[in-house]
Amino acid sequence: MVTLSGIVAQILAIVVALALAPLLTGWVNQWRAWLQNRSAPSLLQPYRMLHKLFNKESVLAESASPLFRIAPYIVFACMALVCGIAPTLSTDLPLATAADAIALVGLFALARVFISLAAMDIGTSFGSLGARREMLIGFLAEPALLMVLFSASLITQSTSLANIVQTIAHQPFAIYPSLAVAGVAFTFVALAENARIPVDNPATHLELTMIHEALILEYSGRHLALIEWAASLKLLAYSCIGLALFLPWGIASADTPLAMLIALPVLIAKLAVGGIVLALIETINAKMRLFRVPEFLATAFLLAVIALLVHVLLGA
Amino acid sequence: MIFLDWILGLLGGWLALGLAGLFALRNTDFVARVLFPAGSAIGLALAAFALLALFDVPETAILAVGLPDLPFHLRLDGLSAFFLLVIGAASAGISIFAAGYFRHGEGTPPGLLCLEYHVFLASMAMVVLADDAYAFMVMWETMALSSYFLVTANHRVPAIRQAGFLYLLIAHVGAIAILLCFGVLQANTGDYTFANMRAQSLSPLWASVAFLLATVGFGAKAGIVPLHVWLPEAHPAAPSPVSALMSGVMLKTAIYGVLRVSFDLLSVQIWWWGVLLLGIGLITALFGVAFSAVQTDMKRLLAYSSIENIGLLFVGIGLGLLFKAYGMTALAALALTAALYHVISHAFFKSLLFLATGSVLHATGERSLGKLGGLIRRMPWVATLALVGVLASSGLPPFSGFVAEWLLLQSFLFTTGLPNSFLNMLIPVVAAAIALVAALAGYVMVKFYGVIFLGQPREPNLAHAHPASPLERTGLVWLGAGCVLLGVFPVQVIGAIDPVTQVLLGDGIATAVRTNGWMLLAPISVERASYSPLVFLLVVVGAVWLTATLVHRFYHGRVRRAPPWDCGFPAQTSRMQDTAEGFGQPIREIFAPVFRMRREVPSPFDAKPTYKVSIEDHFWHWLYLPLGRLTEGIARLVGRLQQGRIAIYLLYSFITLIVLLLVAKW
Repeated sequence: MVTLSGIVAQILAIVVALALAPLLTGWVNQWRAWLQNRSAPSLLQPYRMLHKLFNKESVLAESASPLFRIAPYIVFACMALVCGIAPTLSTDLPLATAADAIALVGLFALARVFISLAAMDIGTSFGSLGARREMLIGFLAEPALLMVLFSASLITQSTSLANIVQTIAHQPFAIYPSLAVAGVAFTFVALAENARIPVDNPATHLELTMIHEALILEYSGRHLALIEWAASLKLLAYSCIGLALFLPWGIASADTPLAMLIALPVLIAKLAVGGIVLALIETINAKMRLFRVPEFLATAFLLAVIALLVHVLLGA
Repeated sequence: MIFLDWILGLLGGWLALGLAGLFALRNTDFVARVLFPAGSAIGLALAAFALLALFDVPETAILAVGLPDLPFHLRLDGLSAFFLLVIGAASAGISIFAAGYFRHGEGTPPGLLCLEYHVFLASMAMVVLADDAYAFMVMWETMALSSYFLVTANHRVPAIRQAGFLYLLIAHVGAIAILLCFGVLQANTGDYTFANMRAQSLSPLWASVAFLLATVGFGAKAGIVPLHVWLPEAHPAAPSPVSALMSGVMLKTAIYGVLRVSFDLLSVQIWWWGVLLLGIGLITALFGVAFSAVQTDMKRLLAYSSIENIGLLFVGIGLGLLFKAYGMTALAALALTAALYHVISHAFFKSLLFLATGSVLHATGERSLGKLGGLIRRMPWVATLALVGVLASSGLPPFSGFVAEWLLLQSFLFTTGLPNSFLNMLIPVVAAAIALVAALAGYVMVKFYGVIFLGQPREPNLAHAHPASPLERTGLVWLGAGCVLLGVFPVQVIGAIDPVTQVLLGDGIATAVRTNGWMLLAPISVERASYSPLVFLLVVVGAVWLTATLVHRFYHGRVRRAPPWDCGFPAQTSRMQDTAEGFGQPIREIFAPVFRMRREVPSPFDAKPTYKVSIEDHFWHWLYLPLGRLTEGIARLVGRLQQGRIAIYLLYSFITLIVLLLVAKW
């Protein structure tokens, strides 16, 4: 049922996500700098960055086609919709019936295909190199993510993210061995999909090793701002999905203002801890060679399949 | 009796158009401007009648053609009507494209091509209408022959003649298996009508024999591994509209055959049949997608992608068989609906992509991915519509491919209720492999689209590429619109698939789906799983529009054009872009054991360094070449009998006579 409170919760979820996403990126960057003994940029640095980029004019390559210009908007829209269906604050989301966990994976894939196509559009070596690498990561990460979500949906007998989270959150406390294995796989996938160390380095500008940065090398101005914002949204969405699947406590299931009011600080607290963990992972690991990435992701994929099998074997 | 008569009339119309082509053998204008558009209109009408017939009671007819006492029995039920719908709807787009495509005649005079083309169409339609083995086999062979002549349209090229021969050979191996299958199915009654076969109850052994023969026979036409070798040769050799028909439509007649035999003609299903199809389908899908990722010829890439899709179809059918064998008809209906959804969706997007390669081929004369690039700027229509096909083919929401994939994955998720615990363990692994195939298909499609349409033109002559003609565009728009509509209105499409599953299983998912309104697809219940592509599409489009408006409103819309960033190396040329080989390289490395790869790497001292990589099929060397050598060896032995002297032949007759007399005596 689509209720008014559901619509309000839906819009609120998207707006909060849009507003919070750069903050999470800033938080991770700050902690990473501290952990690496550097002086950290301000927490609000990503916002300043976005503002600056939006103000700048967009420099387009002479041969850029319309596909190149529309891709950032599509990527941004996909990520906004992902944040709309991922249960961040509440599980009563009207959009969640329109797109379930499989459609969520499809959304990530849609964004990936468009950004890769846009990278190939200009025809520079780095763009197509980045596109190839991004698709390479994608084709292994995507099924792994799907299998992780399947383990959860086998437990809850539903592929709707909202229902999965609600069922897991409102059961008496139980540890599911399958979810534990799936959690590890999810962490691997999340690192790869968000272009984090050990798969990619968001801070690099050394062309030969980069993936995400190579993809967006030709973007500038507002297009770049949208892509950066979308990347923050993706990080937030992955964090929220991970927290919702594996640590779901505290999410509001009814749309009373009070429940939402409690849900927001709980979410922020969980995200803050998650951000520190991410910064820690990025600090204590080294970036691996590109050729090792398929092995890394194949491990994630196998773990996810094992999680499914564990569920079938143990029924939990 | 109305729809069947009308449909037969329309098929007669196709034949008449073909014959008219004979009278205008070299009149390209007449054939292109009149006959092919008329054929397209007939296709459209056929689709409309098939759609109406889908919801009607089955109709039968007896055509008194052929041998005396052996008329053609025809029957139009839900299953036939659905496949007629696919044939009509896809051919409508392909024919109108062909009207703009066959401009110069491709080696064969255009009038003759027109005859072969329309006979091919009509025979495909008759295959799905046939209600006895005799009519079925005649039409099946007509289909094989007419498509053989279409494949070899450009018969002056030796490679094309070879591809055609291979196709004909494997088509006949398959036809023999199908013939034997019908022989088993009639159970010694001597009555070859399908009605009689339905009435027979075979022992599990003979039922399994019939099923295996059907799998081999129809599998040879569908291109399952290891009977796939003809497909990547024949589909690229044919002119593009023919490739589109073969990949998009003809392969589906094989799927029709598998469904007809295993669900309709055989009265019981055995669980391991489902496992077998599941396994074959999975291997075929993985094989197809891995090979399509490393192709450097755009039409071969699509042909391998068709193999992958056929694999997915077999997986869906296998799952349906498995559920049916355990009496879980509701889940079987879900799996079969997924497969049938993929049938119609693949018909549209694969035809669209093959036709797009046809336009590219016409505009540039190039099929090699290594010599294309940047065509989005020269051919914006084709590029935009090909993008729709690419997205549908990658299984991305909200296009048609995703719905089929979604339904298939849903049916996998509910498999854990099977009474066989071993299968319960196996199924998640299969689901994982399906997810892997779907993701790899995305990789392949990005390669396909990116290398052809994006980037810089890799050859100077691409600057003269001309856009597609209006008729070609019309065909592409029709198919592209199909990809979008099939993706956005799944509830309505499932309503049209429902009569088919009712025929095959006596159950369907449409009533469950309709309870949630026309926008929301929820095959079991909304709590379990739901997907609403229309809302999905509107939200994404709305968000794009809103973002663009807000950004322009609060900031600005200024754009400056500049040369692309050259990383401080100004001497870059378009040849330095990533090539199709480069794009396939990671897949070559990861799936290395699957390929038979030969590489020639230059040494640092070569004056003219060359790099060569050739990728071949293991099956060719493991199976086909040994078989060919064996056949040749036997033929040589038999050849020894042929001494060419009359005395020796008389001696043979004499010895035979003696032996026969001895046998008779003994």
